[in-house]
Amino acid sequence: MPTELIKGNTAIAEAALRAGLDAYFGYPITPQTELLEHLARRMPELGRVFLQAESEIGAIHMVYGAACAGARTMTSSSSPGVSLMAEGLSYIAASDVPMVLVDVMRGGPGLGNIAPAQMDYFQIVKGGGHGGYHPIVLAPATVQEAIDLTYAAFDLAEHYRTIVVILTDGCLAQMMEPAELPPMRERGSPISKAWALSGAKGRERRVFTSVHMSPEEGEAFVNKCARQWDVITANERRCVSEQIDDAEWLLVGFGTAGRVAQSAMRAARAAGLKVGVWRPISLSPYPTPELKALAPQLRGCLVVEMNTGQMVEDVRLAFDGRVPVSFFGRSGGVVPLPEEVLEAVHRMIETAKEVVC
Amino acid sequence: MHTTTEFVIAGFGGQGVLLTGQVLAYAALEAGKHVTWIPSYGPEMRGGTANCTVVISTEPIGAPLVRNPAVVIALNQPSFDKYEPIVRVGGVLAVNASLTTRAPVRTDIRVLAPHATEMAERAGSPKVAGIVLLGAAVAATGVLELGDIELALDKHLPAKHRDLLPVNIAALWAGAVLVAEPEI
Repeated sequence: MPTELIKGNTAIAEAALRAGLDAYFGYPITPQTELLEHLARRMPELGRVFLQAESEIGAIHMVYGAACAGARTMTSSSSPGVSLMAEGLSYIAASDVPMVLVDVMRGGPGLGNIAPAQMDYFQIVKGGGHGGYHPIVLAPATVQEAIDLTYAAFDLAEHYRTIVVILTDGCLAQMMEPAELPPMRERGSPISKAWALSGAKGRERRVFTSVHMSPEEGEAFVNKCARQWDVITANERRCVSEQIDDAEWLLVGFGTAGRVAQSAMRAARAAGLKVGVWRPISLSPYPTPELKALAPQLRGCLVVEMNTGQMVEDVRLAFDGRVPVSFFGRSGGVVPLPEEVLEAVHRMIETAKEVVC
Repeated sequence: MHTTTEFVIAGFGGQGVLLTGQVLAYAALEAGKHVTWIPSYGPEMRGGTANCTVVISTEPIGAPLVRNPAVVIALNQPSFDKYEPIVRVGGVLAVNASLTTRAPVRTDIRVLAPHATEMAERAGSPKVAGIVLLGAAVAATGVLELGDIELALDKHLPAKHRDLLPVNIAALWAGAVLVAEPEI
């Protein structure tokens, strides 16, 4: 039983530190600033690197350098700051070095506002920077899950030499919940980094570059990444569900919207409706086979997001026309309420009846 | 059967709104309940109104925000005006009558409207008016024992306010005692 209430931002920061984070580079932005503040205090205490960069662009390129040198490294920001990091993320992906990014999404586009949103699903899940690379994207829904996923993220990033993004929002980041922190791990990665720039004395020099001048070389690199992505897709899908054994209607949401969907599901069950909830944790790779497997029992699916409809496209791809998929979203920083999701459930069921008649 | 109780605590920045909510959340933790605490963190906090939502449940909590909270603690007039209409039917509204200028209009909820600032002064400090109302609201709902809140205060009152622990506990009980009386 947890004995502490921990704020999402602080929880993520402390979990990263306990996972053996060597070096953090970042720049303040609401609603993720407490994450940076926590590390600003804790990292120097432990003799590790905390550096507030001159900008997000500076921060991501410092991460790039630290990653090439084999450090466990991360940065964190919120939507507009992550946009500034897009170039560096693409170069990191092209250089095959591991890092963790925490994106605490807020209302957009543009400077938007500081309220919780999920409007950057496309940006993060489908890219981030240019060039069609795939990051692993993990979306926690509780403070405990944020801790557990952050703790696991560094091993994942280093095992696959990839970018891992913890994608969350201002709601979870600002919220306090009972949670337990994991033990402090020994510093230093458990994963061999025989590729890192560690000083070339006595061995052949190593070079990291995102330049592949010949198209054939470029294609060979991209194909290598694609094969690696097939392995990640096979191994790293994560999702959870509740009340789906007898469910005829499915609610789908990730992160905060997934929690709201869970509340709406309970209210629907209390009203005698056979509603279940399914929540992807890995948004990339998407748990497509797991979702598709539910199709035969379902009469309809309602996707809930804090945007105007982004992940709903991946749900439709998974069902491939086998299940009618409808959408309910609030955006611009508005968090949906379970009551309005329940109303959308009733509309979905009414619509399905009309179609049958 | 699971029970879930949502509290909204609202007032001016500086009235201890967020801390009162955290005390409630820690008390729920002490009682072995599931709990979420979420503040409003917008620019509105600077000099304007502040609020937080605390959800206490016997099962893992889904949404941390709701349309119609079961309990509202309103520490000032704007919060009273904003939240009185949305308290769930059958719910509880605890409002500081010392700082509000009108009578409540809802008759389908339980309204507790003590002069909490004066009561807090009698307990030792006008700063603990929020704890008076917390005592009243928790006693009215029965969602937690007052002992859980005493424990939470003891463990989690910030060090700089540590000397106010007895004052907070006196305020808590002063609020709770009101609920036992038929008329307030």
